[in-house]
Amino acid sequence: MSVFVDRDSKVIIQGFTGQHATFHAEEAMSFGTKVVGGVTPGKGGTTHLGLPVFNSVAEAVEETGADVSGIFVPPALATDSLLEAAEAGVGVAVIIADGVPVQDMVRTKRYLAGRSTRIIGPNSPGIITPGECKVGIMPSHIYLPGRVGVVSRSGTLNYEAVSQMTARGLGQSTCVGIGGDPVNGTDFKTVLQAFENDDETDVVVMIGEIGGQQEVEAAAWAAQYMSKPLVAFIAGVSAPRGRRMGHAGAVIAGESDTANAKLDAIEGHGHRVVRNPADIGETVFRAVKEAGDRVGAAS
Amino acid sequence: MDIHEYQAKQLLRSYRVTTPRGEVVYTSKAAARVAEELGGQRWVVKAQIHAGGRGKAGGVQLGTSPDAIAAIADQMLGSTLVTAQTGPEGQRVNRVLVERASRIEREFYLSLVVDRDSQRIVVIASAEGGVDIEEVAGSHPEAIHTEYVDPGVGLLDFQCRKVATAIGLGNRTASFTRLLKRMYRLFRDLDCLMLEVNPFIETEDGDLVALDAKMSFDDNALFRQGDVVELRDFEEEDPKEVEATGHGLNYIALDGSVGCIVNGAGLAMGTMDAIVHHGGRPANFLDVGGGASPEKIANAFRIVLQDPNVRAILVNIFAGINRCDWIAQGVVQAARNQSIDVPVIVRLAGTNVEEGRTILDESGLALIQADDLDDAAAKAVHAASAEGVPA
Repeated sequence: MSVFVDRDSKVIIQGFTGQHATFHAEEAMSFGTKVVGGVTPGKGGTTHLGLPVFNSVAEAVEETGADVSGIFVPPALATDSLLEAAEAGVGVAVIIADGVPVQDMVRTKRYLAGRSTRIIGPNSPGIITPGECKVGIMPSHIYLPGRVGVVSRSGTLNYEAVSQMTARGLGQSTCVGIGGDPVNGTDFKTVLQAFENDDETDVVVMIGEIGGQQEVEAAAWAAQYMSKPLVAFIAGVSAPRGRRMGHAGAVIAGESDTANAKLDAIEGHGHRVVRNPADIGETVFRAVKEAGDRVGAAS
Repeated sequence: MDIHEYQAKQLLRSYRVTTPRGEVVYTSKAAARVAEELGGQRWVVKAQIHAGGRGKAGGVQLGTSPDAIAAIADQMLGSTLVTAQTGPEGQRVNRVLVERASRIEREFYLSLVVDRDSQRIVVIASAEGGVDIEEVAGSHPEAIHTEYVDPGVGLLDFQCRKVATAIGLGNRTASFTRLLKRMYRLFRDLDCLMLEVNPFIETEDGDLVALDAKMSFDDNALFRQGDVVELRDFEEEDPKEVEATGHGLNYIALDGSVGCIVNGAGLAMGTMDAIVHHGGRPANFLDVGGGASPEKIANAFRIVLQDPNVRAILVNIFAGINRCDWIAQGVVQAARNQSIDVPVIVRLAGTNVEEGRTILDESGLALIQADDLDDAAAKAVHAASAEGVPA
């Protein structure tokens, strides 16, 4: 199963003929992703990487039956592309761009309320189901098919955590990068819900950051409704107050926004927390082992 | 991006929000002249720095003659103001705002922010104006009123009336609604992240006036806000951070001894955390971003080395879009062309990692290579704390 994308996902790329889009589309295809075409307004009717190019997402969806879109357009154009994808009925839209104006996202989310399109990002490394489908910019060779679900804000911390897991033979079911922006399409809680309902995920890792309460709210939800073990790391224990640490969303506004406050709150909800990012792999390993022991004892 | 109070008030006036009459000046002579031109018997001199907490630090003073205003301005201009928000090093005052003093009947708090939890613009108001709103939130949260704006329809009149009544302005709902809706339009048009008027006042004559103003703008939207960009004051920013931005690097100075050069904001924070975990302290946050060229890495070294507290440098790269061989070339280039007299610890992972390690090995440079994040942080903290300066 996995969450949001799998081997049957039909992917189109918006901004298809651009340099980055081309590079990552080729990468994704060599990884086995079913890329079925792309959209570049004005270049409809041509082919790129041996695939059809369309003028609009609606055309692309009609012709190819695509249900997932990787949006590789500059930040100023990202929400327009996202709305176009949603109007065309795309099920999952992934926005990679870093630098989308936050009020654009506020308006876009309002517009999309009640529609079925799942937005991943912006400012996201993308989403990957190892061995099946990749829509994003992550280095695919560090991922390993398996049963740990990973959700993170940051791309590079996702790579760091995944490589620690892969080094211990722990594969991943799906890795979702929800992005580092303060207003994003899919929050931690929604991804935890999806992992809870996924038969191929046993343990979930949540990698958050300073700023906001999304991680704590997700942990509170998980304490009540999630049967699978949750391991959490929050980056930014060493971050100063009031400074934006790279990501637009990573700023400590109040006491409850600090990494330690969030880690304590998550621990208070009964979950495992990691205080040193170098310990993520080891902590997940122990959580998987314990979960396995429990399953073994029950059967 | 932040702007000065006097600039924020200019923007408010352009949206027909009333502010006290005044002018920004750079000399004490000009301060006296402005006081005379404004007329009246009492004026206020306000230090123009981006940090808040000026009042308690002596950055806001009243005077009752143009000579007194000149004297206050003279003492403020060129001085370093240390407030609760500037940090111990303070901020130099290069300009002051001279305003005619207002006759205050009542003070209120009013702000608009993009609220990340509700993912909407929210209006925050309180009858307790002129004080630290976070303190009010802590001590008696019931004194704070919030109103969430639906971006589909914008701020509605009834919401404004609700806020007015909640803070005790039920007798002035019409003028308050005008004030708040103008602030909202400014907030939306100019891509603000935060607009705070603390206090806004009701004068003895019954007018609603923005006595102070603070604005912060969305950096991601500056591409379409040319007029706002014009208001940027680089002297309010750390020169190393400004230089870094010019090179496409995201740098924030901190007070530790381990310099950090990392790709990705999350990993940059994680690297700092690993350093702290090993008993060290990071000297900076630095994200080289995606597509880091050798030149970019060399620039990163130069900026990190400008900090005299740096005793070791940790380069931690997990290359996705980046390429480890380019990063390694940058490290070698920096080490050859710059005098690096502190130990350099390098951890490479991801795309083209073998090529990168080979470049470092073959360079003949005394670089300390690390296997993983934990190893890198341990080695960097050890190097920064070691007695003497290793090779």
